Amino acid sequence: MYRYDPYDRQLVAERVAQFRDQTRRYLEGRLTEDEFRALRLRNGLYQQRFAPMLRISVPYGLLESAQLRKMAHIVREYDKGYAHFTTRQNIQLNWPELPRVPDLLAELAEVQLHGIQACGNDTRNITCDYLAGVAADEWVDPRPYCELLRQFTALHPEFLWLPRKFKFGFSGARVDRAATRTNDVAVHVLARDDGAIGFRFFVGGGLGRQPMLGRVTNEFVPEEDLLIYAAAILRTFNRFGRRDNIHKARIKIVLKEWGYERFRAAIEDEYAKIRASGEGADLKLRPEDLERMRAHFTAPAYRPAAEVAADWSAAARREPRFAAWLKRNVRDHKVPGYRVVFVSLKAPGEPPGDCSAEQFAGLAEITARYSFGELRSTYDQNLVLADVAERDLYELWRELDRLALATPNIGLVTDLVCCPGLDFCSLANAGSIGVAREIFERFDSLEAQYEIGEIRITMSGCMNGCGHHSVGHIGILGVDKHGEEWYQVTLGGSAGHDAALGERTGRALARGEIADGVERLIRAYLEFRLDEDETFLECYRRVGLEPFKQRLYAADAAVAAAA
Amino acid sequence: MSRILKNRRLVEDDWRLIEDGAPVCAGEKIIVPLRRWREERSALLASAAAVGVLLPNTEDVEALWPEIADRPLIALQFPVFGDGRALSQAVVLRRRLGFGGELRALGDILRDQVFGLQRCGFDAIVPRADQDLEDCLRALAEFSVVYQPAADGLETVWQKRRSATPA
Ligand code: SF4
Repeated sequence: MYRYDPYDRQLVAERVAQFRDQTRRYLEGRLTEDEFRALRLRNGLYQQRFAPMLRISVPYGLLESAQLRKMAHIVREYDKGYAHFTTRQNIQLNWPELPRVPDLLAELAEVQLHGIQACGNDTRNITCDYLAGVAADEWVDPRPYCELLRQFTALHPEFLWLPRKFKFGFSGARVDRAATRTNDVAVHVLARDDGAIGFRFFVGGGLGRQPMLGRVTNEFVPEEDLLIYAAAILRTFNRFGRRDNIHKARIKIVLKEWGYERFRAAIEDEYAKIRASGEGADLKLRPEDLERMRAHFTAPAYRPAAEVAADWSAAARREPRFAAWLKRNVRDHKVPGYRVVFVSLKAPGEPPGDCSAEQFAGLAEITARYSFGELRSTYDQNLVLADVAERDLYELWRELDRLALATPNIGLVTDLVCCPGLDFCSLANAGSIGVAREIFERFDSLEAQYEIGEIRITMSGCMNGCGHHSVGHIGILGVDKHGEEWYQVTLGGSAGHDAALGERTGRALARGEIADGVERLIRAYLEFRLDEDETFLECYRRVGLEPFKQRLYAADAAVAAAA
Repeated sequence: MSRILKNRRLVEDDWRLIEDGAPVCAGEKIIVPLRRWREERSALLASAAAVGVLLPNTEDVEALWPEIADRPLIALQFPVFGDGRALSQAVVLRRRLGFGGELRALGDILRDQVFGLQRCGFDAIVPRADQDLEDCLRALAEFSVVYQPAADGLETVWQKRRSATPA
């Protein structure tokens, strides 16, 4: 885990002081609404439906015990006792009071947390594979590069006033667990046969209106050029991104309007020019920079397998709930004797991604005791304890269970991804939490969920797509029809290494129809699949949209026939 | 004459910005739009003491370079405070093309932006008329640590770390 040095601490402290001054000037009427809006967004503060929302950056999804303990205090002291994990691995507070936000930020800064560039038209928090460093299919640990880029983009003077928000996602493994190609820029860290490390850059991805997946602009940017290439993309965007229409301002629109060849050539040209100039010489990473950064992300002190390995099959036979949890929420680790444990934030009756003060406090202890003090957030709005000794699994399960964090549903139908929607978000067209709850209730029985198997349902309350609806196997998008909440369904999306955008099924469904609709789609899948091994997505890709569509709108056909 | 920020000080501005076709008084220092500079180049040079040019933020400064390289002043524009295009123009002028004259920022510029402008290579900043200039001056020192190498030559955190750990 990256630890701040005095410089990092100083920078965040100075940003907090600056924000305190900005807030004071606003409250004194010396900054207009518009001006303060732009400034506060750059520090993570958003005006929501009922109150300000503060988004706290969790750099590449990595948290440590002391931060969780602080979060427990923060949500009690400044909010209503809970916070929300987002699909960008960040944490959102929904009810802070503006005059107290500077104090809140000062407290966060004590544990190296902040809201710098969590919102606004700037470079946002970087997302990353939640199994970085422990995945068996990993080529190179991406975290040191994430941190290098985090520092480079933090308060970057040239790139703080971009046409629109700008997101980077990193992966260094064969399987893409961070939906990287849905970002403006995806960086895949690779190792060549000769051992040289480099990056494959994809540019122009984005969800929201006109979802697109990033395209490769360079197959192998050498390791020392990471920041140079990033600067070339950012400068191209800053210069050419559209500023006349907020809906056309993302870099994907530049790609679309220019065409791939011209777009790629422009970035490559800028890259070559920076590289050849004094700017490039300054930005080139030196071996010692890389070494220093890698030293922050070394493997924890794993114990020999003989000391930590354990066989829980007997306990699992006695306790089916434990067995279910082992099966669904525990995954293999590359180090013998260790396991990766998912902490489900999708308990029955709770909004997906929510975490209470008690849970934060409990997780602070659990992380310290069972996973070398570290916790990760995932883009599916769950948490991961990446380094758990097998020996500790049973005890850990009991503790997670007590905190309602052991719902054995990772990757299943009730592991829904969902934005805050109409309940909190001022941009929402429709509620998403309520729909999530209904779907949850329908498939609550574990037998049914296991029968259905791997499926990813994702839901956004509006076009902005914070709930990643366009890359869900079943995607649900809230739309507004004459002031009523309606839901548009897409099928076959995927955010993984086989990334694809979902296809629209047809007319939107009313609030009263949507849960039924999802159930019909799932029943159709159970009927269509070749066998239990064929997942929803595989089945969909084999049979196509049409048969699913017929089932989804079966009632419409019946009505038409009767008429 | 109004005061502006220049080289980290508040000074009386001795340049006059002429955005239209208004006549030039002999011996004054003027800033004219690119178009007028192109059309009246020799006449302007003959009458004014010095001629700076004002560029729209959509111009490619590299392509324009042969026309503006010898100017003592280039002014770049911030039509609304959220539009950061001129920041990239400034960096390219300073760091790639080696422009050594005065680089001036004009437009909808807030106190909270002057620190970044200075980092991008602007040595002269004209904040929006309602901004408190003394406060702007203080804002130029709002941060004592920076991560990115930029046109202001401030020592970056990375450079400090490099000198702390012998290579
Ligand atoms: S998708 Fe829309 S409704 Fe949901 S959080 Fe994002 S902006 Fe708000």
